[in-house]
Amino acid sequence: MKYHTPASFADASAIAAEAHGVTRFLAGGTDVLVQMRSDIVTPEDLIDVKHIDGVKDITQNADGSWTIGIAVAGAEMTEHPTLGQEWPGLVEAMDLIGSTQVQGRATLVGNLCNGSPAADSVPAQIAAGVTVTVTGPNGTRDVAVEDIPSGPGRTTLQKGELISALHVPARGDNAGDAYLRFIPRTEMDIAVVGCGISLRVDGDVITEARVSLGAVAPTVLLVADAAKAIIGTTLDDAALDSLAKAAEAACSPIDDKRGTIEFRTEVAGVLAKRTAKIAYARAKGEKV
Amino acid sequence: MSNKIHVSTKVNGDEVEFLCDPRETLLDALRDRLNLTGAKEGCGTGDCGACSVTVDGRLVCSCLMLGAEAEGKEIATIEGMAEGGELHPLQRKFIEHAALQCGVCTPGILVAAKNLLEKNPDPTEEQVRYWLAGNLCRCTGYDKIIRAVMDAAEEMRGAA
Amino acid sequence: MALDEVKPVVETGESYDSNKEFKYVGTRPNRPDGLDKVTGRAKYGADHAVANMLHAAVLRSPHAHARIVKIDTSKAEAAEGVKAVVIGTDLPEGLTGGDLHLQENTLARDKVYYDGHAVAAVAATSALAAKDAVKLIEVEYELLPHVIDVDEAMKPDAPVIREGDQGPTVPEGMHPNVVNYMEFGHGDLEAGFAAADLVLENTFKTEATHQGYIEPHACVGQLGEDGKGEMWVCTQGQWFIRKMCAAVLGLEASNLRVTPSEIGGGFGGKTTIFSEAISLALSRKAGGRPVKLVMTRSEVLRATGPTASTSMDVKIGMKKDGTITAGSVEFRMQGGAWPDMAPTGMALNCAFASYDMPAVHHVGYDVLANRPKAAAYRAPGSPMAAFAVESLVDEMCRELKLDPIEVRMKNGAKEGTKASYGPTFKQIGLMQTLEAAKAHPNLQAELGPNQGRGVACGFWFNHGGETSVTLALGNDGTVTVSAGTPDIGGSRASVALMVAETLGIPYDHVRVNIVETGALGFNEPSHGSRATFATGKAAVESCNQAIKEMCRRAAKKWGIDEDAVEWKDGAAHPAGPNAGEFPPMTIKKIAQSMGRSGGPISGHHETTAGGVGESFGTHVVDVEVDPETGKTTILRYLVVQDAGRAIHPSYVEGQYQGGAAQGIGWALNEEYVYDDMGRLQNPVFLDYRVPVASDLPMIDTVIVEVPNPGHPYGVRGVGETGITPPLPAIANAIADATGCRMRHLPMTPVKVLKAIKERVNG
Repeated sequence: MKYHTPASFADASAIAAEAHGVTRFLAGGTDVLVQMRSDIVTPEDLIDVKHIDGVKDITQNADGSWTIGIAVAGAEMTEHPTLGQEWPGLVEAMDLIGSTQVQGRATLVGNLCNGSPAADSVPAQIAAGVTVTVTGPNGTRDVAVEDIPSGPGRTTLQKGELISALHVPARGDNAGDAYLRFIPRTEMDIAVVGCGISLRVDGDVITEARVSLGAVAPTVLLVADAAKAIIGTTLDDAALDSLAKAAEAACSPIDDKRGTIEFRTEVAGVLAKRTAKIAYARAKGEKV
Repeated sequence: MSNKIHVSTKVNGDEVEFLCDPRETLLDALRDRLNLTGAKEGCGTGDCGACSVTVDGRLVCSCLMLGAEAEGKEIATIEGMAEGGELHPLQRKFIEHAALQCGVCTPGILVAAKNLLEKNPDPTEEQVRYWLAGNLCRCTGYDKIIRAVMDAAEEMRGAA
Repeated sequence: MALDEVKPVVETGESYDSNKEFKYVGTRPNRPDGLDKVTGRAKYGADHAVANMLHAAVLRSPHAHARIVKIDTSKAEAAEGVKAVVIGTDLPEGLTGGDLHLQENTLARDKVYYDGHAVAAVAATSALAAKDAVKLIEVEYELLPHVIDVDEAMKPDAPVIREGDQGPTVPEGMHPNVVNYMEFGHGDLEAGFAAADLVLENTFKTEATHQGYIEPHACVGQLGEDGKGEMWVCTQGQWFIRKMCAAVLGLEASNLRVTPSEIGGGFGGKTTIFSEAISLALSRKAGGRPVKLVMTRSEVLRATGPTASTSMDVKIGMKKDGTITAGSVEFRMQGGAWPDMAPTGMALNCAFASYDMPAVHHVGYDVLANRPKAAAYRAPGSPMAAFAVESLVDEMCRELKLDPIEVRMKNGAKEGTKASYGPTFKQIGLMQTLEAAKAHPNLQAELGPNQGRGVACGFWFNHGGETSVTLALGNDGTVTVSAGTPDIGGSRASVALMVAETLGIPYDHVRVNIVETGALGFNEPSHGSRATFATGKAAVESCNQAIKEMCRRAAKKWGIDEDAVEWKDGAAHPAGPNAGEFPPMTIKKIAQSMGRSGGPISGHHETTAGGVGESFGTHVVDVEVDPETGKTTILRYLVVQDAGRAIHPSYVEGQYQGGAAQGIGWALNEEYVYDDMGRLQNPVFLDYRVPVASDLPMIDTVIVEVPNPGHPYGVRGVGETGITPPLPAIANAIADATGCRMRHLPMTPVKVLKAIKERVNG
């Protein structure tokens, strides 16, 4: 295996584009190293992206949006003084991944590009409307995060392409996000179901919403019907029931060692309700 | 031709260097190249925390970093926790509270707990438990470990 | 030291003080190896390195059941850095019985029996080179049908795993996978059931679990062409490892010297060998170079010794007033692909051990399955038996509206009870644990919505076993004890306390070393909750021997009869005024001159320790179950257990809490998951879910002391009983919280939610 430490995205992209055999990018390494150790993947080329300028930066732009470097660790997001105040769901979702030790290294982009349908940060990223800049041999393009994963362990990135920045929209007023997951223990498990919701209110009425479900389909889902179920409502019981049904209907999970189809579908509905309540309370300015 | 990478780094305050295969983890390098066997491999997948060290003050699993990534960093392991032969309050409290039985998870837990108290000198029981969720112990049921950490925190606050 | 008649003492928590009459026993000093363990200095199995050392990697079967048609190791042998390759046929032929089974499990010969079964191994100049080389070994398999489930494995059409291993007691016509059958009982079962007002019967199942020690197996083995070798290994029993490696390799055991490292957990799983002999075989093939073999976590879970999965039928008869009139059980357990590994016999013995019943009947089957060779896991068989029996007793208490603690007090085993498994109990402490549980403040805690409380009792026989201890007096009056039982939970401290007490010298004047096989006579492992009991007993006898010699030296110096000298407070004294007016001769004084007064002074004792005392426990647990997800949270957990006498109360509490934590994991989340090809799906800690720190509350403990007359300080082993009650206690608490009776472990959210929905939907 060859270990590379390129100083720019262009160099990183060129190494990947010209490589023969398996290539992996290394940011936090909390997925790649596990896969290497377990012989799931043995890269010929491992490209460490942490030596590129700006990859560790969290910046709030003039328009209120955020640019997050691709090697920013979850712990750094949690420690940031204001990011978590504007986007608590996104930060909490990232904070749930693994242990404190894993938090010291794991990244949003790594979590996204690992392509697990159960990735904790991805439903929150999708709900927040996060986009990424992709740099490749043919230049750069901006992509919505829900268009990155294409199946379990796979992304839509082409050979030589890598994500070079992550963009979180400006939060704006009267808005809130939340992420909940179901795991059998209290920590250290892969999500059996994950739900990320971001919404905006006008008074008591929900005017915008994005609902995303994880671990219930081959990729993380953006569930338009679930959003429709609560837009225009005050999140009363009828709306919550409608939300739960829409969430359940969107599920096409598998039976595996972590959960059954029946269980995941049922709990998707339960979590959608619980998550919506938190996001709603936050949008109305309550401290939850 | 050798594929080995030359790494210069700082461990427990000492400048060190070693050669390692690109695939070797930081844990492998600490144990096999530097003979610092305090950090243990319990799982190799970042699930047990027995390999915990800090890198530039950040708590990490050394099995989830490559040896090559240690270049230019400052690493702290269990071997550096007692300063000049004087035990850290956490180390003393662990012995006092019988917070170890087989002791194999103890180095990882001590490194993790030290990092917690540096960031939060007055944690609640729940905060300690969640901070240490990535450090598995199979012997103690965690009770005496949590008591030892809370007691050390109290002593350190008093001394501060 | 004579054992006084001591009233049972019950104390709670941190203020516990075992006995005012002892100076050292019952106190909580720092353990002697504490400093090494909190500084990273202590050396465990994988922490050892020697010059010229090679590294091993093992190739393992990806199939649950297959014939090995061909193995081609040529590419591996030619690979960079490889110095030796071994396969099953390199090991000697002609072994039988248990030795053959160990050998087959070390390296498969013509068949692989489970996913993970070792097939070949490589020694190379680096761990990565070995890992790369092992992938170059080509194995051709002929797949065979496999069976995983214990009940399926007994059916007429089940694939046959082994021929000719069926024990003589197995009834005619049973499938060859049924390798042992046991049946015993006493009393008139029919009459007992007839006399009951309520007879309930049900079936309970548990899945396989692993001891889950954090330290993977590791060793450094060296074996020369002359058949002499050494091994450094993390183990609970260095003499067992020596004996087993020698048998597997056709060596004389006395030619092997095994040194135990510090051990990072065992719980029974490190009392035997799995890959250790491979390191020796590779070493010999590599011209005697030492070979380090460290298992990965997935190798540990796939290819060491989990405990059995079980299917259990229980039937109990109870009167309206709570009197139990009869009980019968049939247990079916699989111990992997080899006979004699399932803990069925012990499970049967434990099933009704907590009860005084006029009629009991037990039937048990050991069954083979295409799973790894099971090993002991903390009170083997007892947790499963308790899950079945204590759950059914609880069901009956609920139906008859009786208090679960009162029913156990009404029927509980006492001194003089004829135990369900045969012997008559001497002094035991079950009643005292029930009394203490009843009186504990946790029982007064109010339960809110979706919360419930469960009670259960547990039992373990404990064990004595072969023990050899030596102690030597140093010139400075300190004492060094050589013991053979590796320190897995603080037993060095307990031994030092007993030696300090017996000799009357300060605790920190006693050093305890755990020594290698060449330094002592035979010792059984640290298993069966025997270390503090048996090593302690032998250490006390060794002290007595040394005391006799020291008194003799004093007598000689004083010119009086040996009988006229007594030992007290660390010194020889004239025994009474007629003996003469001599100032006491301290141990230090005797030690300083021992070279001149007759030579170095030692004491030693070898025994197969008898006088074992059983340990009973009562657990009470409060849970909350989320009705929308089926997730269980442990709110409160109380362990009450009889320790006989707690030599070091902190480490006794530690055993109680550790056993409870393993039981909680077993009850709620831990299990071996197989796919339909018989491959283990969760060989990593991510999906083999042991409890983490945030899963558990503080675990309250109460040490009951009903001293065991068979030990000089009244010790009963405590390590194992604690894992027995949690399984049923939690099931009972979940039943209390949800109205759902869970009969299949683990009680995962998936299963509990399903049960809640079925109950709600009628």
